[in-house]
Amino acid sequence: MTTLTLSPVDLAATQDQPRRSLVRDIQIVMTRELKPVLRDPFSLLFGMIQPLVFLVLFGPLLSGSMRGAFGDGVWQWFVPSILVMTTLFGTSTTGANLLFEFQTGAHERMLVTPLSRSSLLIGRALKEMVPLFGQAVIVIAVMTPFAFDLHLGGAVVGMALLAVFGIGLGAFSYALAIAVRKQDWMFWVVQQTFLFPVMILSGMLLPLETGPGWMKVAAKFDPLSYVVDAERALFSGDVLTTAVLWGWVAAIVTAALGLTVGIRSMLRSAG
Amino acid sequence: MISTRQLTRDFVVSRTETVHAVRGISLDVEPGELVAVLGPNGAGKTTTLRMLTTLITPTSGTATVAGYDVTADPSQVRRRIGYVGQGNGAGHNQRAGDELVGQGVIYGLDRRAAKRRTGELLEALELTELAGRKVSELSGGQRRRLDVAMGLVHAPKLLFLDEPSTGLDPQNRANLWDHILRMREQYSMTIVLTTHYLDEADSMAERVVVVDHGELIADDTANALKAKLAGDRLAITVAPSNLSKLSELAGKLPGAREVIATGDELSVRVADGPAALPELITAAQQSGVPIAAAQVHRPTLDDVFLNLTGRSLRETAAATNGKAA
Repeated sequence: MTTLTLSPVDLAATQDQPRRSLVRDIQIVMTRELKPVLRDPFSLLFGMIQPLVFLVLFGPLLSGSMRGAFGDGVWQWFVPSILVMTTLFGTSTTGANLLFEFQTGAHERMLVTPLSRSSLLIGRALKEMVPLFGQAVIVIAVMTPFAFDLHLGGAVVGMALLAVFGIGLGAFSYALAIAVRKQDWMFWVVQQTFLFPVMILSGMLLPLETGPGWMKVAAKFDPLSYVVDAERALFSGDVLTTAVLWGWVAAIVTAALGLTVGIRSMLRSAG
Repeated sequence: MISTRQLTRDFVVSRTETVHAVRGISLDVEPGELVAVLGPNGAGKTTTLRMLTTLITPTSGTATVAGYDVTADPSQVRRRIGYVGQGNGAGHNQRAGDELVGQGVIYGLDRRAAKRRTGELLEALELTELAGRKVSELSGGQRRRLDVAMGLVHAPKLLFLDEPSTGLDPQNRANLWDHILRMREQYSMTIVLTTHYLDEADSMAERVVVVDHGELIADDTANALKAKLAGDRLAITVAPSNLSKLSELAGKLPGAREVIATGDELSVRVADGPAALPELITAAQQSGVPIAAAQVHRPTLDDVFLNLTGRSLRETAAATNGKAA
């Protein structure tokens, strides 16, 4: 039988080290969250091509049903949509992972460790951005040779904006998961109830210009619509426009609110 | 190692209803002790444990764990305690080895030390071959051993186990206990566990704390509790005509109580059954009462609980479907 020993140095490291920085805690949480993704490249690959499938199946229909209103610009209009949609679906559903860890006991395990409570939320929310960036690169790489006009500077700013928005939405998703952890089916009810109106009113899939007036008014209250408009401007290379500014406002407000609500929920999540 | 004073926790269920899950528990645990907290579901065992492990804050009262106050200094407490909860600590879509290395890093080891430590723990808990396996693919017993390994990554001096063997078959329970007791010896760990398995508290713990309705109602070694609160029971079969004579003799035994005669059997509680039985047989023979059969029933912790509360622990456990509050 092996003897189990932690050397005095290691033992001291576990007990007497000064309080770790939040950044390091976040990094540890993120690494743990990314492990299963890296360990299972097949599921990663499958997830990566999903936006492409949607792009290929929906894009031509969009072009056709709009009777050529976009001309050749349909991809310029639709590629940013797909990136926003990928963010929306990826981050708004991520709370389900936490819900599962509530049920199994893995989340409780994390709560008794020296990791700070806020790192448990921020690390998880940040992790969602990694596959998102992979998906964005694939979509852009595939579309650019055909009909998509890549403006690199705008694209980079666009992805940064999406990341900020996505972190906020992910944080909201975790907050929702924590709130409904005792009736977990509620998670999907609430998530779907929010997701579809927010998505349709953002003009992501179909332009709102052809819709009734009340929808255009309602869209003004949908933060996602500002993000979508900003992304379209950015991916067309217009970095310094009002649309982009409003996009940043929407993304930053979403992130600030999401993280505030999320961290507060996380602090109470053991009860 | 642990010291609580008037520890209390209320849960506000609604505006009109507050559940008093723990009502003023004062408890001291010395280094090296193995203490079982026994009680039916909803008695407040898990709530107490969750306060001691900093998962929830007490409504009132104080608790010092491993030298630090759970409310004022939770992060210091967390570094020094190991905790194995009711669920599985390892994420189900993680690999067993990854989770252990990750825990090591969380507790402040560098990656090399964490890997070395992981190797040791996997070997000690007979999990080495399963290091690359996804947690969801492990059996219940394997998963539970992994939970224990995760609780021991930082070699804590104090380990909390919340219903460690619930849901395991007898063989896996025994195996898990072998491991836990061996680890305890190696680290000279203090262990506090909750259980509603009577036999587990009986055979494993040196000290049994009985909790009911959020209060501590008994605290002693299992044997002392049984002797003090239940006592051995003698069951003697004689001819019905001799019952009254035998009852009289039985009543004179040291610590005799609950002398009950039914049909051709006499039942009596005594302090020390094995010593009282020959005494009673000799006395009966001298009085010319032939004894047909005689038995000593050692008490169980269930008898102790019954005497303390008027309810049987087994029935209480069966009647409560919900999780422990």
